[in-house]
Amino acid sequence: MTAEFSPGLILILGSILVPLLRGRARSAYLLALPLAGLAYLVWLPYGNYGTFAFLGHELVMARVDRLSLLFGYIFMIAAWLTTIYALHVKDAAQQVAALVYSGSAVSAVFAGDLLTLFVFWELTAISSVVLIWARGAERSYRAGLRYLIIHLASGVLLMLGALVQLNETGSLVFGHIGLDGPGGMLIFIGFGIKCAFPLLHNWLQDAYPEATVTGTVWLSAFTTKLAVYALARGFAGTEELIWIGAAMTAFPIFYAVIENDLRRVLSYSLNNQLGFMVVGIGIGTELSLNGTAAHAFSHILYKALLFMSMGAVLHRVGTVNGTDLGGLYKSMPWTAGFCIVGAASISAFPLFSGFVSKALILTATAEQGYFVTWLVLLFASAGVFHHSGIKIPYFAFFAHDSGKRCAEAPANMLVAMALTAALCIGIGVYPQPLYSLLPYPVNYEPYTATHVLAQLQLLLFSALAFSVLMRTGIYPPEMRSVNLDFDWIYRGLGRRVADAALDAASRARIALAGRLMALSMSGWRALYHHHGPEGLLARTWPTGSMALWVMILLLAYLVAYYV
Amino acid sequence: MNGEKRYWLDRKENVTKVYWSVWVLCGLLLLIEPAIEMHGEFSIEHWFGFYGVFGFVACVGLVLAAKALRRILMRPEDYYDR
Repeated sequence: MTAEFSPGLILILGSILVPLLRGRARSAYLLALPLAGLAYLVWLPYGNYGTFAFLGHELVMARVDRLSLLFGYIFMIAAWLTTIYALHVKDAAQQVAALVYSGSAVSAVFAGDLLTLFVFWELTAISSVVLIWARGAERSYRAGLRYLIIHLASGVLLMLGALVQLNETGSLVFGHIGLDGPGGMLIFIGFGIKCAFPLLHNWLQDAYPEATVTGTVWLSAFTTKLAVYALARGFAGTEELIWIGAAMTAFPIFYAVIENDLRRVLSYSLNNQLGFMVVGIGIGTELSLNGTAAHAFSHILYKALLFMSMGAVLHRVGTVNGTDLGGLYKSMPWTAGFCIVGAASISAFPLFSGFVSKALILTATAEQGYFVTWLVLLFASAGVFHHSGIKIPYFAFFAHDSGKRCAEAPANMLVAMALTAALCIGIGVYPQPLYSLLPYPVNYEPYTATHVLAQLQLLLFSALAFSVLMRTGIYPPEMRSVNLDFDWIYRGLGRRVADAALDAASRARIALAGRLMALSMSGWRALYHHHGPEGLLARTWPTGSMALWVMILLLAYLVAYYV
Repeated sequence: MNGEKRYWLDRKENVTKVYWSVWVLCGLLLLIEPAIEMHGEFSIEHWFGFYGVFGFVACVGLVLAAKALRRILMRPEDYYDR
């Protein structure tokens, strides 16, 4: 056992003191924890630490290498930025939950074995649901329950897979797993649930928009990127991931176009961005894995920024429905500006972070000759600009003036958004520091004339398409609605089947009730006959007759003795 | 507008200016393409204006498809709450 410990414990154990502190002291403490964690990561040398034996197996609490460090850094940075964004929240329960959640995500990333991974994997689910329930609405409660059930199931699959794996290989080490054995399959599905694979994705769009203003920003950073990390660690080069990832990039954008709740639109685009990372893992070359890691890094920042800006709108206006918004740039110009930076970053405009990270994945896809996948990714790139890059800022801050006037976002939110926006631009303008953190050496120049022109053409012609469709009135207007997604299977069909089953059960009970009633009545009657007030066995006998009977019995005994 | 500040975008003709400037920008991007030697893994990337045409068609297709999907997928807002 060495002195080094799992880095996430700084946040998890540090959260214990939060309820004891008040006012500014608590705020300062909350801000200091992620910075302490970041400093610890910078100091931490490569290697395996915190090893101890458990039931004859060696568990590794902290495996420090380039991949785990990169995710550790960005998780700590995201925790710090989101803490600033959430400084106005004084509820200790939410603060503790957020710290435990982000800390367990960090610890899961550094887990060197599947058992440690499982423990922190489940802890992220349990702690993060508090951030959904804290909204206090019935809808949030229900969405949170669904979220919790699905994530606990993901953990159970991981545990089962780990046990099968242990049985087969005799090892719990969390290295490359692959899809060869049944254990690997189980773990793959467990990771896939958390990564929101197609058809396993609904918890994301269901729960994230129902969380609190700050809760959604917390949620957007950690859960799914932990899954991306786990997939990159365990399933790099698994070709199935290319198809899964390509489907993930494409189908959510159709929903994003017709969705009204702008935080749900962002959830769909989060799903779409995960697809790019999953494709990168599936291709499995050094370039593509670098791309996945880099894209996760910049994605956490711009996605947090977009959720922050929509959170600020929700905080001030009380709604993020596209139908109710518009013209907010007059009231919230700074928020609008930061939102546009986030939108430009997710759309991969040159000089913004998405440009320098997504390019690695697209180039790797083309280099390996996956033409169809490359076309799908290109389509998804145009699509993400369309719904995240244009639709989000347009319907919230521009479009027709909704007449809503409100105050600009609180100062702490503006500071958090400004810092995040600065990082988005910083990475885009000067990507070398990010590239130097990537798992493999980078020999890639994003700013070539070809690349810049190609990307600008793709994006500006997409913008042209939006403008033309808007101007001609073909663009579908925002509508108050629910769009059926795969969760209809359990929220619609499943519920109807359950209702029908209950209905049938109660019908059967009614039909049988007559006969059961008759049967039970005859039973009662027999009981009444013998034990009721008139019953032979319930009669009270006088003491005299009792004594008489005893006497007769004794006499009979005497007679028997002599005979 | 009872004394409220009038913004540049409040004027309809300025919105029209923004609209046409997108057209102009797209035109410029096509104009400079011959001056730049395009590299790429696939031959399709060397077609003139490939990325522009692809972006435009992809987005129009996306929106029309999504609009059609509404007919199948759209339900009242309280669908799951009933």
